[in-house]
Amino acid sequence: MVKILHSKEVSFIWDILNEIPDPEIPVISLVELGVVRGVEWVDTQLQITITPTYSGCPAMRMMEMDIDQSLRKEGILDFKINMQYHPAWTTDWMSESTKSKLKTYGIAPPQAHTKQRIGALISDAPTEVPCPQCNSVNTKLISEFGSTACKSLMKCNDCLEAFDYFKCI
Amino acid sequence: MNSQASLFQYILKIADNQLILGHRLSEQCSKGPFLEEDIACSNIALDLIGAANSLYVYAAAIEGENKTEDDLVFLRSERAFKNVLLVEQPNTDFAYIMCRQFLFDTYDYFFQQALQKSKDETLAAIAAKTIKESTYHLRHSGNWIIRLGDGTPESNLRLKTAFTNLWCYVEELFEQDAAELDLVAQGIAVDTQSIKSQFNSHIAEIMQTAGMEIPRGIFMQSGGKKGVHTEHLGFLLAEMQSVHRSFPGVKW
Repeated sequence: MVKILHSKEVSFIWDILNEIPDPEIPVISLVELGVVRGVEWVDTQLQITITPTYSGCPAMRMMEMDIDQSLRKEGILDFKINMQYHPAWTTDWMSESTKSKLKTYGIAPPQAHTKQRIGALISDAPTEVPCPQCNSVNTKLISEFGSTACKSLMKCNDCLEAFDYFKCI
Repeated sequence: MNSQASLFQYILKIADNQLILGHRLSEQCSKGPFLEEDIACSNIALDLIGAANSLYVYAAAIEGENKTEDDLVFLRSERAFKNVLLVEQPNTDFAYIMCRQFLFDTYDYFFQQALQKSKDETLAAIAAKTIKESTYHLRHSGNWIIRLGDGTPESNLRLKTAFTNLWCYVEELFEQDAAELDLVAQGIAVDTQSIKSQFNSHIAEIMQTAGMEIPRGIFMQSGGKKGVHTEHLGFLLAEMQSVHRSFPGVKW
């Protein structure tokens, strides 16, 4: 009889999940993105809790499939992926090291704490967003809706590059 | 109606608004006035459909009988949809689309804010998620109202026409039937009268900045929340449901 792989430590599972890249921003992992909220064994079943970044984000299905595949590769067959809405995902959960990975990749990381940003209902201007290429803060918002749900489109007035800004939510 | 049945109907009303407006806006995909705006409309459509999805999953769980969110979206007929008339109105010009969006976004922003305090934990959690996206939507459509109203005589005229034609659907946003008022009393549903003044003052502020006047003497229309729709919803559903109805249970 195959021994059920209950022996795998929760920390080992976190390590596996930390290896799974975000489908659209492959330089950061699902753990770094803050999508994975919990890992626990309930009897012989592994339960993974994830939270959606944007409700309509098409990458969410992809993430579930990637988690599914990675766990199977490790021989973990009895698992369940739960979707949790509360607390709602926020860019405030991103660590400084995750933000610097985004910047190196060419995406300006979220700037302000969401509480300072989210209330504004009229004005458009986000807080100063430095250009990920040349670090100039002389940048301009082109559109609050960019190539994916989580990004705005911006332009640097100095190096003239257009760039993605991971918007605060 | 027992309380589970009225909660189910209440969730449908919220979800149907999001879905139908999301679908309407998705019809604009590749037809935006310029690339960035096209992307913005598609993104907002995606948010709306995503929020609807979360709500339908919850509604399907309440309904039981192994129902799924797809059953609710693809297998209900026109009279079973409980969205307001505003969101089903067909796309005409861009001013009209943004005006429809602005009226709904303003309502939705204050509605979701209030729904976060619901005693129903799932509804409150979904609202807490949705409000973050609604804020971006409202800022987007509000900016367009100002830009179009304060733009050229042509854009101003088109926006004015849009407000005149869409204003008759505003009152329905706040209508509540007895079953819903029961849920309000239980602390589950939002008391729409309590968000009306916030709605009015935001609309007034933006319209004033845009140099627009609030239309007066408009006869108010309603029916959507009872399942009595304008002729446009049937056509929308026919298109939206066609694949699922042609190939029942198809998966990909």
